[in-house]
Amino acid sequence: MSKHTWYKTYRPYISPMDPCPPITVKRYSTPPELYVGYQPPGLAQFPAYEALKAGTLWKCFYDPYYSVKEMKKGVRE
Amino acid sequence: MWVYEKKLQYPVRVSTCNPRLAKYLIEQYGGADGELAAALRYLNQRYTIPDKVVGLLTDIGTEEFAHLEMIATMVYKLTKDATPDQMKAAGLAGHFADHDKALFYHNAAGVPWTATYIQAKGDPIADLYEDIAAEEKARATYQWLIDLSDDPDLNDGLRYLREREVIHSQRFREAVEILKEDRGKKKVF
Amino acid sequence: MKQLPPEYYTELEEIQAVDFVIVELVLYLHTHPDDLEAVKQYNEYVKLSKGLKKEFEKKYGALTSFGYSYARYPFDYKEAPWPWQV
Repeated sequence: MSKHTWYKTYRPYISPMDPCPPITVKRYSTPPELYVGYQPPGLAQFPAYEALKAGTLWKCFYDPYYSVKEMKKGVRE
Repeated sequence: MWVYEKKLQYPVRVSTCNPRLAKYLIEQYGGADGELAAALRYLNQRYTIPDKVVGLLTDIGTEEFAHLEMIATMVYKLTKDATPDQMKAAGLAGHFADHDKALFYHNAAGVPWTATYIQAKGDPIADLYEDIAAEEKARATYQWLIDLSDDPDLNDGLRYLREREVIHSQRFREAVEILKEDRGKKKVF
Repeated sequence: MKQLPPEYYTELEEIQAVDFVIVELVLYLHTHPDDLEAVKQYNEYVKLSKGLKKEFEKKYGALTSFGYSYARYPFDYKEAPWPWQV
């Protein structure tokens, strides 16, 4: 499987008439299941406890979501 | 039949008594793309889908009940010891007036669960596409819940649930591939 | 009220981890029934899970009813705490 990014961004149009300070960049999720296709056998696994914590046994599907707030705090491991 | 196991699928932790987060989380309890809707959608569609994918719908539907119990646990812990004033401050006065601390199948805006949230078309591809869409919508809901929450322990559980939507979506996508395959043709990976 | 020792949580989490591998493998096997390695791994984890649960139930009481666990006297399956309470 080729390497993809799980998040993409776009820049919404900003009008001088917009009442709130503009959000210049919007992010959206494009998770692994959009790319993997029919899962091939023998893919790399997490050990049991790490799998539980990750929410998946399969490394290629691991795509944790963090809020902007969390990323600023450096919560993301 | 079904068998209950006296354990959660994942260890749910909550750091603070915060009924406001419970108000948001209830979206995944009784909302359109919530865990109840998911479980009932799959377990109802399975009667009229090819045998090849009945088992998948059954087991994913069953796992959704484990997720429903996790959401319930989060709501329960976030509200358990909240005072009526704290419930009021969290925007839950209306809920409290009707239900006290009882959970109820409604969404974050208080709209009760309705069967119109789910579909069963009897067309395998239409139903599986609905299921894939439902998983992606649930994934998005978990993202917005993580955005709203400032409880690190709660977010850990929400990230787990979001990841499960990714896997379920993957398996439903594979189910579509199985059903569209020509008879007798061997699957190549 | 029965209070649980700290090891309850670690022992429970061990079961949760093993059972999670089982859930992931079963969903995978629904779409990959011919993957022999996955079937073998599934069976290994079923064995692991059964062993862990037997020990856990001795200490903390039955995890299931309807005949999936042996009942003890007095009948402890009905006792709190329930999963959302612990």
